[in-house]
Amino acid sequence: MHPGHHELHGITVVVETVGPVTYVARFDTADDRGVHLLNVATHERGAPGPTLDEFLARTRKFGVKAAQKYLLLPQEQVRSIRRLSEISQPS
Amino acid sequence: MPYHEIQVRPMREELTRLGVKELRTVADVDAVFANPSGTQLVFVNSVCGCAAGGARPALAMALAASRARPDEMYSVFAGQDLDATARARSYFADYEPSSPSIAFLKDGEVQHFIHRYMIEGRHPQQLAADIVAAFESLNGEPEAANR
Repeated sequence: MHPGHHELHGITVVVETVGPVTYVARFDTADDRGVHLLNVATHERGAPGPTLDEFLARTRKFGVKAAQKYLLLPQEQVRSIRRLSEISQPS
Repeated sequence: MPYHEIQVRPMREELTRLGVKELRTVADVDAVFANPSGTQLVFVNSVCGCAAGGARPALAMALAASRARPDEMYSVFAGQDLDATARARSYFADYEPSSPSIAFLKDGEVQHFIHRYMIEGRHPQQLAADIVAAFESLNGEPEAANR
């Protein structure tokens, strides 16, 4: 959609890390420093509050509650990247 | 930082020529939403080339394809008409801001919401089908939009 950019540029993604934290954010780009994310919402497994499934369900219904404008996530921290739109809506 | 008006005028007109009324001030927004009745669409317009560039044509396709449609259609322009956009969003404050996005309201209550993430990377025809489903849902027709 944006010639010359990463295929996920501008797409809202769910980034699972190797640790307890999952991010929902708009993907900007990826380079040798890591993955650059914009308007970032964060869920930490084990922290008080909603479970990850609840967090993702709320995000799908009400949108991304961004707490950070920008995050550079080192590549070795990334377990998976999926589009938010491809996360199943809970029944 | 808003873009120069000359740059965004075609993006405004892409909606207004569909019959969408632009709300450019807080007063414009309040005049419409302070005492809402019936069904309304609110298109949060955006300069974003990939998402908004697909969403505007999708609305045109949906209006061409569907007999069902809201009683009223409005737009605000995120990043351009800042106060009007913030005020419009205050009427659907449970939903996080994103642009482009489309809210579908009935008697002032959000019935369906198309977030930016639902628009990104999709063909306008796919999105048009979602908009038609939202129109039908607003009008109480059997095809539910919130799938």
